[in-house]
Order: sequence, then C-alpha cells, then structure tokens
Amino acid sequence: MNNFKRLIPDIDVLVPYIGTLLLIITGSVIYPQILGVDYLAQQLQIAAFLGLLALGATIVILLGHIDLSIAWVLTGSAIISTALVGTGDPILSMLSIPIALIFGAGIGIINGLGVAVLRIPSMVWTLSVNSMLLGISVVLTGGFNPKGEASDIMVALATSQISGLPLAFIIWMLVTAALVLLLKKTSFGRYLSSVGYNEKATLLSGVSTPSVIIAAFSIAGICSAMGGVLLAGYANQAYQSMGDPFLLPTIAAVVIGGTSILGGRGSIAGTVGGVLFITLLNSILSVMQISDAWRSIIFGLIIITMLLFQSLRKKRT
Amino acid sequence: MGDIWRSNQREVIAVIVLAILLTLYFSTHPSGPTTYVMTIWANQCLILGLAAIAQFFAVIVRGIDLSVGAVMALTNCIASYLIIGTGLEVAGGILVVLAVGITCGLINGMLVVFGRIQPIVATLATGSLFLGIALLLRPTPGGSIDYDISDVMTLDIFGIPTTLIFALGIITFFWLPLRKTGLGTGLYAVGSSEQAAYQSGISVEKVRLASFALGGFFAALAGLFFSFVTTTGDAGIGPNFTLNSIAAVVLGGVLLRGGIGTLTGALAGAFILKTISSLMFFSGLPPLAQPLLEGLILAGAIAIGGADVLRVKNRLEVFGK
Repeated sequence: MNNFKRLIPDIDVLVPYIGTLLLIITGSVIYPQILGVDYLAQQLQIAAFLGLLALGATIVILLGHIDLSIAWVLTGSAIISTALVGTGDPILSMLSIPIALIFGAGIGIINGLGVAVLRIPSMVWTLSVNSMLLGISVVLTGGFNPKGEASDIMVALATSQISGLPLAFIIWMLVTAALVLLLKKTSFGRYLSSVGYNEKATLLSGVSTPSVIIAAFSIAGICSAMGGVLLAGYANQAYQSMGDPFLLPTIAAVVIGGTSILGGRGSIAGTVGGVLFITLLNSILSVMQISDAWRSIIFGLIIITMLLFQSLRKKRT
Repeated sequence: MGDIWRSNQREVIAVIVLAILLTLYFSTHPSGPTTYVMTIWANQCLILGLAAIAQFFAVIVRGIDLSVGAVMALTNCIASYLIIGTGLEVAGGILVVLAVGITCGLINGMLVVFGRIQPIVATLATGSLFLGIALLLRPTPGGSIDYDISDVMTLDIFGIPTTLIFALGIITFFWLPLRKTGLGTGLYAVGSSEQAAYQSGISVEKVRLASFALGGFFAALAGLFFSFVTTTGDAGIGPNFTLNSIAAVVLGGVLLRGGIGTLTGALAGAFILKTISSLMFFSGLPPLAQPLLEGLILAGAIAIGGADVLRVKNRLEVFGK
C-alpha cells in the first residue's frame, strides 16, 4: 500500500502541471499556433532561464530562508562572463563560464555566512548583498551597459537545439536531475529539510547546520549564475539590471510548485511545474497583445487563485 | 532606569545615529540648515517614513508586506486624478485615496487570515494586482495635484517643516495612544506568540486584519505625500519603496520575526536611510560610488545588529524562541 502511494505524486506537485495543461488548452482555442512544436520548444527554451533560478531558490526556501540577491547575481555573472569574452583573450574567454559560476558560488557563501553565522534574517542580508553588487557594478561599468559579448559556447548553450529540444532546456533538466538526486539520496538533502522544519533540533542531532545553510546558499548562487550566463548567451550581451524582472516570478514559481515558504516542505518537481506555468502564462498573455497593466493584474489574480486553491484544500483535509 | 534603557535600547540608538547623521548633513550642505533645506530633507524622509510605518504594521504581527510600493503607486495615480479642483473635491479625493489604501490592506489581510496564505507570497501577488491597476490608470506618468494643498502639506509652519510636524503628530497623537489600547497590546501579543495570544482571549484574526488595514492606510498616506511632493501621478514608483521600507524597519530596530520594535523606531530607521543618501549627494563623493557606499553602510548597520550573536555564550540562544 505504501509503495502504491509513492507511485502517485503528491497533488501539490501536480497542481502547476494541471494549470499548465489548462493554459495550453484554453490558449489554443484562441490561438491555434500555441499547439505548434516550434512555439512549445521556444517556451521550453525561455523557461530554462527562470527554471535555473527557481531551482536555486527552491533549495534556499526549503531551508526556510529566502534569497533576494538572485537579480544581481544573475546580472553580475552575465557582466563577468561577457567582459572576459570581450577581452579577446582566448584563455580568459574559455574560462568565462567557470569564473562566472565561481562568482555565483562566492556570493552564495557570503549570503550563507551572514545568515548562518551572523544570524541576520536572510531577507535583509541577501537584499543588502544585492544592493552592494549593484553598487559594485555601477562603479565598474560607470552605469552604462558593460562592453563585451557572449562567447560562441554561451550562445550555443542558450540558443542551439539538439534533435528538436533546446539545449538550454536540456541543461535545465540535467541540473534538475542532479538536485533531485542531491535532495533524495544524500544526507545533505535530509538535513536541508530538517533545518527548514526545526533548525535547533537539527543542530542538537549533531548536524553542522551552518555548513548546510552555507552550502544551500552557494548552490543557489551557482544556479543564479548559470541563469545569468545563459541569458547573456541568449541576448548576446549583458545589461544593467537584466535580472530585476526575474526575482518575483522566481519566488512565485517556487511557491506555486507547492514548496512552503516557511521551509521544510516542498519539491523540485513542483518547482519545474511552477516555472512552466509562469513562463507559459507570461507568453500567452503577450501573444494576446494585452497591455502591461492587464498582464500584471491577470498575473496577480491567477497566482492568488492558485495559492488559495492550495491552502484551502489543505485546510479541508 | 535600567529597565527603560533596556526596553527602548534599539530606538534610542536609532535616534542617536539619526542625530549624528543630521548634524553631519546640515554641516556639509552648501547652504546650511535653512528652512528650505530642512523642508526638502523632511519631505523626502517622511515619504519613506510613512512607507516604513506601513511595513512596520505588517512586520510587527510577524508578516511582511511586499505590496507597500504598489499601494503607494496606486494611491499616487488615483490622487493625480482626484486631488484637484475646489476644496471640497480635494478633501473628497484625499478620503477616497485613504479608503483605497485601507481596502488594499484589508485585501492583503483577508488573504493572510482567511486564505491562510503566507504574507510574503500573498502580498507579492496582490502587489502585482495593485501595480496593474495603477498602470491602467496611468500608463505613463502624468496628471496633476492641487498646488494649494501640496504647498500646505510640503512647506513649513513658522520655519518648521510641515512634514516634520506631521511625523511628530503621528507619534504623539496616533502611536502613543494606540500602544495603550487593546489593539496596541494585541499587535505585540500576536507578533510574539500567536498561540499565547489566542489562549489569552485575543482575537488573532481581528488583530491581523486591523494591522494590515493600518498598513494599507499608511502606504496610502505615503502615496499621498509622494503626490504632494511631485504633484504628478507615476505608476513606476513602487519597487524602491518596498525594499527600502524593509531596510528602514530593520535599521529602526524592528525584528522581522515579529513582536519587537516600535513605530517610532521604524520612522527613525527611514529617516536614517534617507539622510544617508542625502548626505552622500552633497558629500562630494564620486556619484558612481554612491550606490555601493549606500549598500555597504546598510549591510554594515545590519551586520552590527547581528553581531550580538557573537557574544552569546549558549549556542542554542541564537535560535530565539
């Protein structure tokens, strides 16, 4: 019986996928081209950017914290990678992606240190890290769009296709699989949820909770940096505040995917569904060519509806 | 004496820091502490101050309000249509603007209380909704605000900036009396321990709703003063205010986990934050370095607040309750 139950995914995880299907069906009634392979493949490609960010955010939110530095870690890594390629030096250009990812991990460690050692609420600490990154970037670039360009590899990672599937989507899925394994099969995964449930009890059980927190934030930093590198490849450049529009959809995708903002409970699979849902929602709203104002209103209303659906369903059971 | 110090330590520190910054500001400002300089400074501070008070009412009951900026943008846009014309029309317009703010706050509150959605995500979603309505009203900045009322609210009375008098008025005639009421106690009780508050017979739901409604009211006031200062409507003003309002309450000694902090502290935090940026503006530092310095000062101030942890002897104490 238990084994049988395990085969059926939790309904929380299914909700965003059902929502995505409903979007496709209702959307295709108005615009039949939505069912086209090209359109859907393009959505998967665009979803990969938000998807990578949301994976990192899920790890941090499972921990019971939040990372508000996503936007400028993304922008920072995009600026670093394009600037290195822009130097024209073949070695620096080769190293641009690893260096950008190390940058992401480094900022993640700074985030984690503030939260785990200084015990500053993550919401404030990552916010101030974000504003410092903004400040550094303004000093270095003079407030203009940084010079530089994406390398061929970055462009290929972001835009090429392998047998019809966008490479960016495949990367996103590989990272997803790696993180699912990390959460399900390693002790780190169990510590992560248990810190989210009760940090004190986890520490008392002999787990070094600060290392868990720092590791989680650095994974999130790497994920944001990957998003930045891919986005720079997609746009073939980096620009100031390219990450700003991603912060709120990222958190929304995680929460729609059934991960509790209080930590401890949630899943990577749900987040992937949440990302697909939000990407498709945004895309359909823009295909329908309605104004920014209505997009914002509909976006807010649909998210409220989904959240209400989830929480009221729990209340009944 | 020791007790008074201990229970107000955070606010006292915030006020001292503010006094030092202010002295620095007026001594570096090219024209010195004239009424004009004071007025402009106080206007900027009060707008963020009111946003911080709105945030305070969410934070004190262990919530957070990510829609503060959106409510400000919405009320600012509504004000740019309604606060113009005869005295009666202006007064009516102000009432409508404040009512809209309270409604927004109540919507947030109902989603949190009856919908059982965590405040951070509920207000994230409503923020998008309010911002959309604001954009609907003003796709591009425009409109105008009655100049007479704007002048009255943003100039000075006998050399003292009106907005400063307004800020003191909020503390004396709203906050201090509120502290003594059942609602005032309820706010702290719910923020400290919801269960204990419930078992002591406090209606947790009503307190939460009231707290969010007050938050909406103050966000609308912030939007209103923003309108008086800029005399135009702009839907794009929100994001900065939301984030800065959170930073301001933390600087003012309000704990994000709820139950600790005062409105006075939140106001002082906002004044500190705004004074720092004004100080930078006239300090002759390279303009490009200013965002970085602002970020460093903010992070430094917050980290010092966190440094208490390093003195803790029993490691378990750092987890709080």
